[in-house]
Amino acid sequence: MTSEPTGPDPALEEQISQWRGYVRHHRGISESDVDELEDHLRGTVADLSSAGLRPDEAFLIGVKRLGALDALSREFAREHSGRLWKQLVLGGDQGPAGADRAGNGWLTMLVFAVLAAAAIKVPALFGVHMDSVAGATFYLRNASLLALAPMVAFLGWRRRIGVPVIAVLVACYGAAAVAINSYPFATDTAHTLILAALHLPLVLWFTGGLAYTGADWRTHARWMDFLRFTGEWFIYYVLIALGGGLLTGVTVATFNAIGVNVETFVPQWLLPCGATAAVVVAAWLVEAKQGVIENMAPVLTRVFTPLFAVLLVAFVTAVLVTGHGIQVQRDILILFNVVLVVVLGLVLYSISARDPLARPGFFDWLQLVLIVSALAMDVLVLLAVYGRTADSYGFTPNRVAALGENVVLLGNLAWSAVLLGTFLLRRSPFSRLERWQTTYVPVYLLWTAAVVALFPPLFDYR
Amino acid sequence: MHITKDLVAAAATPMVLGILAQGESYGYAIIKQILELSGGNLEWTEGLLYPLLHRLERLGHVEATWRTAAGERRRKYYSITDQGRAELAEQRRQWAAVIDALKGAWQLTVPALEAQA
Repeated sequence: MTSEPTGPDPALEEQISQWRGYVRHHRGISESDVDELEDHLRGTVADLSSAGLRPDEAFLIGVKRLGALDALSREFAREHSGRLWKQLVLGGDQGPAGADRAGNGWLTMLVFAVLAAAAIKVPALFGVHMDSVAGATFYLRNASLLALAPMVAFLGWRRRIGVPVIAVLVACYGAAAVAINSYPFATDTAHTLILAALHLPLVLWFTGGLAYTGADWRTHARWMDFLRFTGEWFIYYVLIALGGGLLTGVTVATFNAIGVNVETFVPQWLLPCGATAAVVVAAWLVEAKQGVIENMAPVLTRVFTPLFAVLLVAFVTAVLVTGHGIQVQRDILILFNVVLVVVLGLVLYSISARDPLARPGFFDWLQLVLIVSALAMDVLVLLAVYGRTADSYGFTPNRVAALGENVVLLGNLAWSAVLLGTFLLRRSPFSRLERWQTTYVPVYLLWTAAVVALFPPLFDYR
Repeated sequence: MHITKDLVAAAATPMVLGILAQGESYGYAIIKQILELSGGNLEWTEGLLYPLLHRLERLGHVEATWRTAAGERRRKYYSITDQGRAELAEQRRQWAAVIDALKGAWQLTVPALEAQA
């Protein structure tokens, strides 16, 4: 029996480094997995060498024993779907279950974007123009349907969703369209109509999640991907909107300079068509350019989590120290709902950007401070608002909607704080926090659907 | 003897947790130990073991640390957590129930099989 090889064998090292380079290109296998597998390979090689084989022979057998890399990477990918998400590069290889239509991605995107842009102008063919009163009424009710349906169709097409999912989606979108257009609202600016119009996009978005998750709609991992998708879609949309705004401004200014008036073209065509096409483009960008956003979501979270934590802690301290009650103005609850949404957004971004296996660290404590201070602030606000609902107006639709949103957000954040706390004390794994976020998605859907479908009849269409 | 894939997969978690309950270990050693324990019948692939270890880590049943022993390369060691021990106890109860039931069911057929043999 020969002794274990002493010192590195240059030929073997060369082979192993080549092997590393090859393995690294497989989906679902991260750098530290390669380290682990390399350790395994070296273990095999050492054993075989001590049994009398030459290093290069031992290497060949060791690699062979590791099995076909495609099969290996598939198993890794199945366990780490979060990683896989990062590598869904357009025109690359097949998706997780071979379900994605990759390849000609941008051409499809273009078709759907054009469809979206056309859809928003189709009503004009029937005499419903955007600048008319009838147009304002129509678009208030239907703009979100026209803008989101093409994107959902695009996602569904990419995921090759089956007939049952299509049927469910069509039924939901159809029911929403019927409800918002046929309810006998008291006026065209009725509170319940405005509320329904504001909540409809959210209903459609969360229902659209079905098209995103496709056949895997029962799995938490896919819904987590959908939450990631939502956050990153939002970032891309904001970026496109900023660029689009700049483009619009330059267009108007330059054409004015040569005496051509584009002031009907811009609001009638450029803005609506651009805004709706951008919905599809942003969705495509999230799918196609995963690597770019992946560096952005963590940066945004790292920058804004401390800032918001400081702001909220300062606010709560100020209220407690000065003893000033919160001035309960008209839209105060809405403002604080927005703060809760921002906090929840930061939590979601950080969850989606975080490696679930990483140990609890300083940043997680900061996150807990952020959530707890947001909860404290919200309790103060609710106490202040509580007095107000007792006044002569009672429970108006706006107040019930704002209060309901508050409860929904509070419920999520309170339990998130508990889960984050137990994670920090190492009592529970981080994955429970992830699961909680995906479990909560139906709550958003149910609440927003209730505001759209039940509020109008409940409040006499006022 | 060939053991079917389903059976290997079903026994995978209690097997790994059981080995780690004796003390911390790393991937290569775990595979070797399984081979030994099964008298060479259970030959696990890396594609089964490592994703399973990572899943158990994510669920909080095991903990992993990278360590470098003197003059050795970096190696990822896994150790069982309290939660993992509880899971192992639970799985053992379930397996015991299954094995008892199987024994009961087979008692009747064993003579017949032996007659064939």
